[in-house]
Amino acid sequence: MSLFFAILFYVATAVFVAGLAYKIASFARTPAPLSIPTTPAPTTTGGVVLRMFREVVFFESLFKGNLWIWIFAAAFHFGLALVVVRHLRYFIEPVWFWVEFAQPFGMYAGFAMAGGLAGLWARRFLVDRVRYISTVSDHLMLALLLVIGTSGLGMKFLVHTDVVAVKTFFLGLMRFDIQPLPAHPGLYVHLLCVALLMIVFPFSKLLHAPGIFFSPSRNQADNPRETRHLAAWAAKMEAKN
Amino acid sequence: MAGPEIKAPPYREIPVPPALQPDATVGIKSFVANEKIQEAIGFQGKLADNWQETHDKAIGHFGTLLSKYRSLRVYMDACVHCGSCTDKCHYFLGSGDPKNMPVARQDLMRSVYRRYFTPAGKLFPSLVGARDLTQEVLDEWYTYFYQCSECRRCSVFCPYGIDTAEITMAAREVLDHVGYGQKYTNEILGKVTKIGNNLGLPGPALLDTLQGLEEDVKDETGVDVKYPLDVKGADVLLVTPSADFFAEPHIESLIGYGKVFHAAGQSWTLSTLASEAGNFGMFVGNYDLLRKIALRIREAALELGVKRIVVGECGHAWRVAYAFWNTLTGVGAGGKDPFAIELQNQLDPHFKQPTHICEYTWDLIQQGRLHFDKEANDHRVITFHDSCNVARASRMGDYPGGQFDIPRHIIKAVANKFVDMAPETIHEKTFCCGGGGGVLSDDLIDIRVKGALPRMEAFQRVVDEHGVNFLALICAICKAQFTKVVPYYGFKSSMVGGVHQLVSTAIKLGNEQ
Ligand code: HEM
Ligand code: HEM
Ligand code: SF4
Ligand code: SF4
Repeated sequence: MSLFFAILFYVATAVFVAGLAYKIASFARTPAPLSIPTTPAPTTTGGVVLRMFREVVFFESLFKGNLWIWIFAAAFHFGLALVVVRHLRYFIEPVWFWVEFAQPFGMYAGFAMAGGLAGLWARRFLVDRVRYISTVSDHLMLALLLVIGTSGLGMKFLVHTDVVAVKTFFLGLMRFDIQPLPAHPGLYVHLLCVALLMIVFPFSKLLHAPGIFFSPSRNQADNPRETRHLAAWAAKMEAKN
Repeated sequence: MAGPEIKAPPYREIPVPPALQPDATVGIKSFVANEKIQEAIGFQGKLADNWQETHDKAIGHFGTLLSKYRSLRVYMDACVHCGSCTDKCHYFLGSGDPKNMPVARQDLMRSVYRRYFTPAGKLFPSLVGARDLTQEVLDEWYTYFYQCSECRRCSVFCPYGIDTAEITMAAREVLDHVGYGQKYTNEILGKVTKIGNNLGLPGPALLDTLQGLEEDVKDETGVDVKYPLDVKGADVLLVTPSADFFAEPHIESLIGYGKVFHAAGQSWTLSTLASEAGNFGMFVGNYDLLRKIALRIREAALELGVKRIVVGECGHAWRVAYAFWNTLTGVGAGGKDPFAIELQNQLDPHFKQPTHICEYTWDLIQQGRLHFDKEANDHRVITFHDSCNVARASRMGDYPGGQFDIPRHIIKAVANKFVDMAPETIHEKTFCCGGGGGVLSDDLIDIRVKGALPRMEAFQRVVDEHGVNFLALICAICKAQFTKVVPYYGFKSSMVGGVHQLVSTAIKLGNEQ
């Protein structure tokens, strides 16, 4: 089993990193030929950075759009962020002080995350507009994250696992030295789903995470009268006449 | 017109999103362009007889667009189906057809994207909502992508700024490419590229109209206000939508621009070559046409030797002018290449190029160079409709949001009675008039009436509560759309007019005692 998970995580990491790098490169390579920020938009690069910060951290546009989604989305994503920070302790030695510091909050974050996910999922059944646009994969993605969340919480609060051994296993993986993984069904489920999440990430709507940074309507400054915005393929047309 | 009578949908008691009514507007389909129209602007004349050929061509072109437009590429991947945009589109609010929810409209195209361009859609199509491109899918594109006015309201509320307008443009570009164009838009594209304006008015007709206008204004005010055409060496070139030359109430604003120039002692001219500010090339997402049409402005500016370019009241035209002209034609500043510098050296760098007519007028008002008899507008209680493309795709003045303040400042400077509509229906959250983006066609009147619902609800409230009797606009399409559509909601067409119509009513031309 340790070997199986070792291979699984090598594969998952490779797919995740390569897939995401490929996608990000394709976003970055594709030119944005016209100036299309959704206005009113900041007129300077500094302003754009601030706008992006508000979008990524506070989900500003979503807040304007729909309060319920925003509440659930905030609970889920903030929970997720804290949980991920808390998890860093499995991969680093010695543990950074701020990761240490986040530990107690992280515990509740797991519940926030699961609660947010449940709320988002409920909307997919209860709100007819959202039901209409939901695909099977939208449901599966929420299910996957909820299984990860609940299995994690299960380990934390119900049937404990040997976290020291888990850490030894992952530190080992990072040095290509396979250590035993505790035999624990909750952990197996947790890790299986995490690996799956990593594998589907570059092929799914989870691309919204890198995507937001490349969205022209959000990342462009509103300065078209002051600067000439010209894509390479459009510049070629000028050479012709 | 044949078919059932078209009626305005009832106002919503409490403005909540309507219940879904699948296929409510599936039958509203605008006329398809014939071969002559298509070929005149360089598109394939009609769909190939053999479906496979159409299919391959469409997918091929879709792929090309994905590699040329980052917006399309990122927006295809980034949507999480969160639902924030679902109740934001006026066509959905007015019709209840779920395919008019922005995300569902995008999904008409995204489903095809997934099938042909992503591993997940190639392997597990039904899991991720991917589908093959079939004739039915293409028909559905045609129907629903011509029920989008490219107003960008959805993009305001999307956490990733996904702009359905970008996707609509891409879909229309693919449709045009395979020979499936819309009659209304493509016919107009033919006229503007051949004759120089959307109405197809030749130079002599234009001259005639402008002379008539001078006589009318002289009769009315006793002042010789000029409406010059093709004057070499004039300082200002005014580029305005061609509807301003003929249509009511558009022409009232044109009269107003002339009076402002007169009062300011400005040397100015119109141009036959650049007798159209509108640029429908944007509506169909075709960069070549967009550029070709915009280049007429450059040509006219160079030929006439003007120092400054001012743009008349029009929404999408202002978007193209403000946001795209610098890219397409070099009208702007900051160019470092010879193409741009040639024009930018001629234009006066003290002014923003191009300048919106509202920016121009407001500047003069601030300098104290215009004087008004505000009481002349006292028979009017005015409200202002922010045009979608001005509000969400451009700017006026020096700071973000100037596009909301400047027209209102002008109205308040020329009239005493002004009230705003409900805050959730103005500024960046404004509703489209329902006729923008290539929808302003008689064969789409049903969807136009439905799409006007949210704006009409807000208008009705200020009519009831404040006795508003004038809907002030800064867009040629808004003017045409509302003139036609407000009667369905029980209002008179004469309640609709331009901001410079109000200026025109109140401005003192210097002959007063
Ligand atoms: C830059 C970082 C990120 C930002 C700004 C961001 C933002 C958002 C926003 C605004 C939504 C829409 C509201 C909602 O439905 O929850 C959303 C949805 C979602 N996010 Fe993220 N996210 C980020 C990273 C991630 C990551 C790393 C994951 C992976 C586990 C993730 C998983 C999801 C899922 C599954 C949904 C859809 C929820 C649903 O089905 O309703 N996000 N994200
Ligand atoms: C390889 C990566 C991961 C490993 C080795 C891992 C391992 C663990 C372990 C051992 C626990 C139990 C903690 C305890 O008993 O104190 C746990 C809890 C948890 N895990 Fe993970 N996990 C991983 C990735 C993830 C990811 C990606 C998520 C979220 C999407 C997640 C969400 C949770 C949650 C919500 C809990 C419960 C709350 C907490 O203890 O923070 N895990 N995880
Ligand atoms: S009409 Fe406007 S709100 Fe509706 S989908 Fe198109 S751009 Fe979005
Ligand atoms: S708001 Fe944006 S991410 Fe959410 S469903 Fe609409 S388009 Fe998709």
